[in-house]
Amino acid sequence: MSEAAFAPRSWRDLPLGNVIPLPMTSLSYKTGNWRALRPLLHKEKCIKCLLCWVHCPEPAIHRHEDDSVSINYDFCKGCGICANVCPVHAIEMVMEG
Amino acid sequence: MKLLLTGNYAAAYAVRDAQPDVISAYPITPQTPIIEKLAEFIDSGELKAKFVRVESEHSAMAALIGAASVGARTYTATSSQGLLYMYEVVWWAAGARLPIVMGLVTRALGPPWNIWSDHADFFTVRSSGWTMLFASSAQEVYDLTLIAYCVAEHRDVLLPALVAWDAFEVSHTYEPVELVEDATRLLPPKGAWAPPLAAEDPASLGNLAYPEEYAETRRLMVEAVRRVPLVFAEAAGRLRELTGRDYSRGYECYRCEDAETVFIAMGSVYGEVRSAVDALRARGVPVGALKVWLYRPFPYEGVARVLDGKKMAIVLSRTTSLGAMGPLATDVATALALKGCSVKLVEFSAGVGGVDVTEDDVVAMYKAALEREGGTYFWRGR
Repeated sequence: MSEAAFAPRSWRDLPLGNVIPLPMTSLSYKTGNWRALRPLLHKEKCIKCLLCWVHCPEPAIHRHEDDSVSINYDFCKGCGICANVCPVHAIEMVMEG
Repeated sequence: MKLLLTGNYAAAYAVRDAQPDVISAYPITPQTPIIEKLAEFIDSGELKAKFVRVESEHSAMAALIGAASVGARTYTATSSQGLLYMYEVVWWAAGARLPIVMGLVTRALGPPWNIWSDHADFFTVRSSGWTMLFASSAQEVYDLTLIAYCVAEHRDVLLPALVAWDAFEVSHTYEPVELVEDATRLLPPKGAWAPPLAAEDPASLGNLAYPEEYAETRRLMVEAVRRVPLVFAEAAGRLRELTGRDYSRGYECYRCEDAETVFIAMGSVYGEVRSAVDALRARGVPVGALKVWLYRPFPYEGVARVLDGKKMAIVLSRTTSLGAMGPLATDVATALALKGCSVKLVEFSAGVGGVDVTEDDVVAMYKAALEREGGTYFWRGR
């Protein structure tokens, strides 16, 4: 099925039984708004050990060419694992909003 | 062709005539003879279905969900604890809009352990989206099972359907059953509905839906369920043309026209109710009886029309509903309230756990109902 055909104009056009006829639609579910705590990365403290990148369950930690990391807030649910595993406390969890 | 069949064998013959592609079930008393008979039909070649052997009822329904997802016509049967073990995926089948057909031989829920009839298992499914039919004889088991396929697979519906009947009084009692000569004249052709999944066009089923999408999906189900009575009446109309037997209203009335009191029942007890109506009528007491075939969606309009202007409605509920009126009596009360009818409503919880209910019991219930206030009473016998 084409992507256009899977853009229901109204609830009456929803596929029966909520079948999802395309792959990778989970990418359009921005689960980041479930987050209560927001990880803040203090880049100056980061030692590029990549423990956060390994442990992130989403994965919402992006690894760059030089092994520096950034956080994808579209999908980070704020679980705080990254902050807990960081050996140099470069990630701080702060309240959202 | 007329055969001497138990209710369970009547179900198996209906399924043979519907020629499903996949059958999966797990044995439980009193359902097991259905599946044994179907295994014989597969063995003899009369039924060309794949039988999926499983380790539980949950897996049986899960197997059918998989099979129906790619367009297979399916069947399973269960009872009591088996239905409860299957329960999670019973709802899943409806939400996924899969026209699975199931036989439910009603049996009491434990504890204490009991293998006899009680409708508590049946009522647990009442809000799930399954079309729910209740048969009170082997003939009705056969007919309603065929109608169940017509309703479930109709493109305006696409919801699973179950047919229930009483343990032993119907499931194991031999009665003459007239078969439909050519069931293909009644049933939709196979493949008439579009299944959600196909190997050549990958998709996924059972994904996360956010609140709005979940609500909208349920709303589509609500609309599909609203179309069931019409589709049921159409299918029943085709059966009537073939056989003369008429289920199209979803309920049967017996001597209701000039009655002041109407008994309402489902299942095998209805035979005793009819006898009691005749006995009371012979003494000049104006009573009638109403039997429900189509329990979900409930025929509020029709039931209210029958009861409008009557003095009393007596519901025989084969279950104990703890903390509230039983579901059938509640549905009758709703029908009356929606139409603004003022009819005294008395419910007797009778035949619970397989207790025999006789014509004399029903006559005695009539007398007891006259003396009592409206409400629910436990019938312990005379």
